[in-house]
Amino acid sequence: MLNTLYILWLRQLKRYGRSRARIVGSLGQPLLFLFALGFGMGPIYERAGGGNYLQFLAPGIISMSILFTAIFSGIEIIWDRQFGFLKEMLVAPISRWNIMLGRTLGGATVAVLQGGIVFLIALIAGFRPENWAMVPVAIIFMFLISLLFTALGTAIASKLQDMQGFQLIMNFVVMPLFFLSGALFPLDTAPPTLLFIAKLDPLSYGIDGLRAALLGQSHFGIFIDGGILVVLTILFLALGSYLFSKIEL
Amino acid sequence: MFLFYTLFVSAASDPIIHVDHLVRQFGKLTAVNDVSFSVQRGEIFAFLGPNGAGKTTTIKMLTTLLHPSSGTMQLDGHDPVHDQAGARRSFGIVFQDPSSDDELTAWENLEFHGVLYGVDKATRRKRIDEMLKFVELDDRRDDLVKQFSGGMKRRLEIARGLLHHPKIFFLDEPTIGLDPQTRNHIWDYIKKLNKEEGITVFFTTHYMEEADRVADRVAIIDHGQIIAQGTPASLKQETNAQSLEDAFLTLTGKAIRPEEVSATDHMRTMSRMWGRRS
Repeated sequence: MLNTLYILWLRQLKRYGRSRARIVGSLGQPLLFLFALGFGMGPIYERAGGGNYLQFLAPGIISMSILFTAIFSGIEIIWDRQFGFLKEMLVAPISRWNIMLGRTLGGATVAVLQGGIVFLIALIAGFRPENWAMVPVAIIFMFLISLLFTALGTAIASKLQDMQGFQLIMNFVVMPLFFLSGALFPLDTAPPTLLFIAKLDPLSYGIDGLRAALLGQSHFGIFIDGGILVVLTILFLALGSYLFSKIEL
Repeated sequence: MFLFYTLFVSAASDPIIHVDHLVRQFGKLTAVNDVSFSVQRGEIFAFLGPNGAGKTTTIKMLTTLLHPSSGTMQLDGHDPVHDQAGARRSFGIVFQDPSSDDELTAWENLEFHGVLYGVDKATRRKRIDEMLKFVELDDRRDDLVKQFSGGMKRRLEIARGLLHHPKIFFLDEPTIGLDPQTRNHIWDYIKKLNKEEGITVFFTTHYMEEADRVADRVAIIDHGQIIAQGTPASLKQETNAQSLEDAFLTLTGKAIRPEEVSATDHMRTMSRMWGRRS
């Protein structure tokens, strides 16, 4: 079991390492958000009494790049299906759960690495964590977000035959998850309706936890964030592996 | 006389693949309709039929990718429905469509396969070297598979399918789209394997002269049902045909079969647009 998990994990990492274009390409969007919003909106945010906007924004943008990479890693199963490699995995004498878990761990690791790169870029832009000793906690939150959304991507991809629905997923799943999560605005001052929606968005707890670890400020509290994320991650892993186990080729 | 032959063979010997009253429905369509046959240990068996006859569906059920609607199967004593792991370990397969990971090297594809099949490291490394030499890809081992031609990918898949020493080797149209030289090469490997390792070979093809040349026994499936089986010679004799192709056309008729465009074809077109190789 451990060997097979390892090789499935390693495959995801090798594929990631070899697609330089994808690494660079997927940094474009977080960079834009960080610079255009961070520096553009910063003065207004500060004048409104919110403090340093770049500080506030960076954990949200790190989470955004994790969200995109993780969902995409899960959805890559459609490529595996179309290019035949999924069959090679499915006829191997290991359980579907094992395949799903190995792939998801690999995809989640890739997403954490991608988040790490954005973290470094944020540091260059002027972002500073309040307490460096809490960075390992931040990494745990990053990993939980990654696992959760890779599992969600896997669940979605298990129900799709081809990439036709990809645009639909981007616009109706990924974008709402990001924009409604409190990545860009503080939940403390959000109108009740928006706050209610944000509470339904799993990413809200990831970002809030990340802010708690990196900035020492949080809306829900770090333990609630962590607890909800762990429960949701287990739930999504179960859902993903259930739907994955139902795939017939 | 034909019935007698089947009864005689199954009574006298030791079938490694046994299929009994197999049925698979997709909604209203019955893709495989009450199919029964046996393949003997060490035999080269050709499974022939027009497009959409049920060949690939049958192979998918035998290889645990699809559940049958009813009927039973045995692969070297393992039931692909209830003992998936056992059944999976007993066979190797080359699929109709390419199925290696383009972003990995030839060696990495084989290593991945070996680990998934639980082949221990020392045996695995030795066997990978051996198989790469066998399919003459030894000098390309560290190249990414996306740089390979269709024929090279096929050879790599043959090496991969054999890596874990399977007893049964499934090949679903292994020579489709390949030039005569490569096809010839591939059949040479397969015959050699069959002779030297005693591996049972189950293949499908649209090239009747290949089946005639290579197979010990042939079954012809059409509209989900087996309409004839026997040695190539006996089929030719029964239909008074010169070649297996003529016998096949006599048995299955000359009407052209409709072929569905699959999601995969759409995807290939799309990926070509985006510059990915399929």
